[in-house]
Amino acid sequence: MSARGPLPDTRPTGGDAARVGALVRIVPLLVALALSPIALLAADAVPTEKDPVASARAVALSEKLRCLVCQNQTILESNAELAQDLRKQIREQIAAGKSDKEIVDYMVARYGDFVLYQPPVKSTTLLLWAGPALLVGIGFLVLARTVRLRRARSEEPALSAEERERVARLLGGDAAKDTQ
Amino acid sequence: MTKKLLIPLVVFVALVGFLFVGLFRDPREVPSPLIGRPAPEFTLAQLQNPAKTLGPTDLKGQVWLLNVWASWCVSCREEHPLLVELGREKIVPIVGLNYKDEPAAGLKWLAQNGDPYNVSVVDRDGRVGIDWGVYGVPETFVVDKTGAIRYKQIGPITVEALQTKILPLVRELQKS
Repeated sequence: MSARGPLPDTRPTGGDAARVGALVRIVPLLVALALSPIALLAADAVPTEKDPVASARAVALSEKLRCLVCQNQTILESNAELAQDLRKQIREQIAAGKSDKEIVDYMVARYGDFVLYQPPVKSTTLLLWAGPALLVGIGFLVLARTVRLRRARSEEPALSAEERERVARLLGGDAAKDTQ
Repeated sequence: MTKKLLIPLVVFVALVGFLFVGLFRDPREVPSPLIGRPAPEFTLAQLQNPAKTLGPTDLKGQVWLLNVWASWCVSCREEHPLLVELGREKIVPIVGLNYKDEPAAGLKWLAQNGDPYNVSVVDRDGRVGIDWGVYGVPETFVVDKTGAIRYKQIGPITVEALQTKILPLVRELQKS
């Protein structure tokens, strides 16, 4: 400790300045980084249409559908060619007067329920939907049981009155006074 | 006491079981809802002869394969020798769906790599591909005599898939 004394004395001030400098230099980069997804979306996904309602519908629909190429992105976010084609399809079908449900059905008929980010409630997806509630339920049951057991154990007097008397008798007069 | 120890053990074993099975499943393979359903209709111009068209109705009554390919598709090169061989054996007609490709590039690609297809049709904008639920080229469909899709291979055909799935299915369907 003492041998390394001089070093920590000089370091903090220089270190702080350097750190602040680095931070200042990084700020524009961070801002650019933070804005980049927005820039991407603005450039590609939002259709430049005259009809703002239709365009909002197209965006809302694309947000609900999964891109099958990059499976963790919606077709709104994805830049895969298929996602672009499907966005085009959505816009065309909106222009043709199709309802949201018809368009979603169109996608499901071709790519299955997998395209839906929110899977429908069916017999095969029941566990998926009910699973979390089921787990919470089981958790509460276990909790209730544990609490009940613990309370029962703590409420149970360590010794009954008779037992205490017996202990007092066995240990002699002093102990009897202590327990009172 | 033993019962108390058994519960976590059972849960653990079940979890390991699920995860182990999960190791061998490919999340990229999305089961097609079109299996067992009528093949989506199309009428597309032929690659070699644009004046003529072809569609699933023209092929009714026979078992056929639809192979989705493109000159820009890298994994198509992987499966292509197998297809060329299959085409030479003339076991089953193969229709090529030239997906989102320049017809000229497609023709050049076939000239270079061999043409296993009885006919290739041009899906310039990928609309038919969408109807067939195509999301990754190459894909291969087996269509039966009634015009229903019976099998879908996602990604390149492998020797294993050909020998254990596609060819047995084709033979069985041809018999019926």
